[in-house]
Amino acid sequence: MEYFIQQLLNGLTLGSIYGLVAIGYTMVYGIIGMINFAHGDIFMLGGFAAMIVFLILTSLFAGIPVALALLIMLIVAMLMTGLWNWTIERVAYRPLRGSFRLAPLITAIGMSIALSNFIQVTQGPRNKPIPPLVSSVYEIGAISLSLKQIIIIVLTVVLLSIFWYIVNRTPLGRAQRATQQDRKMAALLGIDVDRTISITFIMGAALAAVAGTMYLMYYGVVSFNDGFVPGVKAFTAAVLGGIGSLPGAVLGGILIGLIESLWSAYFTIDYKDVATFGILAFALIFKPTGILGRPEVEKV
Amino acid sequence: MAETTISTVKPEGNLVQRGLKEGLFAGAISLGLFVLFVGLKTDQNMQNELILVPRWGLLAIFVIVAAVGRFLSIVFLQPWLAARKAAKAEEVKAVTEEEGFFRKHFNKIAIAALVLYPPIVLSLVGVQGSLKFVDNFGIQILIYVMLAWGLNIVVGLAGLLDLGYVAFYAVGAYSYALLSMHFGLSFWVLLPVAGILAALWGVILGFPVLRLRGDYLAIVTLAFGEIIRLVLINWTEVTKGTFGISGIQKATLFGIKFDASPEGFARMFGLPMSSAYYKIFLFYLILALCLLTAYVTIRLRRMPIGRAWEALREDEIACRSLGINTVTTKLTAFATGAMFGGFAGSFFAARQGFVSPESFVFLESAVILAIVVLGGMGSLVGIAVAAVVMVGGTELLREMQFLKMIFGPDFTPELYRMLIFGLAMVIVMIFKPRGFVGSREPTAFLKERRAISGSFTKEGHG
Repeated sequence: MEYFIQQLLNGLTLGSIYGLVAIGYTMVYGIIGMINFAHGDIFMLGGFAAMIVFLILTSLFAGIPVALALLIMLIVAMLMTGLWNWTIERVAYRPLRGSFRLAPLITAIGMSIALSNFIQVTQGPRNKPIPPLVSSVYEIGAISLSLKQIIIIVLTVVLLSIFWYIVNRTPLGRAQRATQQDRKMAALLGIDVDRTISITFIMGAALAAVAGTMYLMYYGVVSFNDGFVPGVKAFTAAVLGGIGSLPGAVLGGILIGLIESLWSAYFTIDYKDVATFGILAFALIFKPTGILGRPEVEKV
Repeated sequence: MAETTISTVKPEGNLVQRGLKEGLFAGAISLGLFVLFVGLKTDQNMQNELILVPRWGLLAIFVIVAAVGRFLSIVFLQPWLAARKAAKAEEVKAVTEEEGFFRKHFNKIAIAALVLYPPIVLSLVGVQGSLKFVDNFGIQILIYVMLAWGLNIVVGLAGLLDLGYVAFYAVGAYSYALLSMHFGLSFWVLLPVAGILAALWGVILGFPVLRLRGDYLAIVTLAFGEIIRLVLINWTEVTKGTFGISGIQKATLFGIKFDASPEGFARMFGLPMSSAYYKIFLFYLILALCLLTAYVTIRLRRMPIGRAWEALREDEIACRSLGINTVTTKLTAFATGAMFGGFAGSFFAARQGFVSPESFVFLESAVILAIVVLGGMGSLVGIAVAAVVMVGGTELLREMQFLKMIFGPDFTPELYRMLIFGLAMVIVMIFKPRGFVGSREPTAFLKERRAISGSFTKEGHG
């Protein structure tokens, strides 16, 4: 039983990271109907930004408290990836808005390839390990709960509440939902659609940056191709939860995290990704629009 | 668009002012983008700790290029483009029916050029020198042409977005590798077998996803592609995992082997021993396979099944109302596309003599899909052009050793290959969202055959 709870906690931690990335996918999909393939690499950029900020902080101020360092890493990473995603949307996606559906998908894949190779070229192909930031572990009975996990889960819950508030209770969120429902009508009613879409990209990127920083803190290492696998899994999470639905993205993320950690714990670790993708395919066969997704109504 | 038309009306001083403002803005943005990633480099020191190495000079170059580039684009490029567009719109274009000789016979000329390519290269650079040209530029590009034409059946004709096409390529490659290793069967027996097995997998993977549409289909095909790759990595008893299978039998020409034995090709014809002959043979083999793919695609488009595919892409509901069985239509598209992927896979295994899961990553699927879309979905010529430009271009980058003289001896152009590939995908899409070839030739027509704009064809929903 303890073992099960332990694995549940590990899965929840991992799922929180996936959930944060998945929100970026699902929001962008909801608002402009494209798969933002570069989002996984935005997540990786967030991890890199945090890593570099950490190195700057430790070399300039040797005895900086960890909490302050983490906070600065988070803020800089969020700003940095927000700027990147804004630029990418501006340069690669906006000119193609209203064009045919596959064009932005291809530019997104191109951007993803370009981003990971850009980091490989400028920062080198090797893994970038950092010393452990937070290492306290609490023992509750036979279950060990590390401070890292607590930080990740608490931060996810806090961010999601803020996020939920923004989307459901502010004028900005209303503009986003309106744009999602009908872009043309929203524009006619005086919503600056371009600005709303840009802000959506920035928000998604900021959440991905938090996930990237948490990933760096949890595993203590980041590399240029870390964007792809977590990116695909987060996307899988978004689809599993029903793409376009915010609670769906979080639910999907946590489900994927749980599947992964429970499968590695009770079956074989080799096939954990096969299990993830297999369950996705299986779930979609029976529920083609994901768990919380609304069915697409076809009008003739 | 609106901004550019206004700017042409405004006086020159205003334009420069705007250019300066936008240039400064672009500089500031690029400073923000690159300050951490270009301005600082993380390196490992002797203790294996990360240290930061500043590169402010390089950062300055990036920022200046962005700012100046933006300024020049606002002040000179955009007015010039707008003026050209206006001039083009005013000019009354006579509708010329007569096409040039080259355009009219483009396909024949291209095929003739391809057939003559190896002898010409041989006579120009000799036997050993031809290796690079035939192998890196010829075979490599043609493999992608074949894969892209195969995927074109699924994406371009039937309008089903498949992000895991490389899975069928892997199935073909591994079926050849494993069957030839365990049963000693020859390439010519296994080529159709690999195609059939891949088609079978196409049906197996296609069946569960028939109900899915659009992006759900995309993610499930991506997932299947990853599953096949992960199984290849982890099922070590059969596939030898990441080590891959080496020593795969080569293909033979009517039983003549390409090796140093007395019955080998070189000895038989009294030629000096060289691997170039095998490469040239492979070149003709993949050329034949490509032409087969093109021929089958062209013929199928005129058959009921091909028309059903295209009808499905245009409007699925109308299709169903007219009594087309969408299940079999989708499955045949998947299976046919997969079959060509399987052929290409077994060819790949025979060419390399080595297969490992590394060759079948998602990036390959993305590259193939990119070639299909960049070329113009459904247009065979466009796809071939896209393959030449994208694959040939990145191969060319390997050859650019002279760049070392400009950027110093540490400069390795290979590193920038995929970076440039990714950026090229973005740039081509922005300027030509309908692909290199913007016109399509429908197979059904009222009075006479006409090419129509690619914007009239739909891309399908699922």
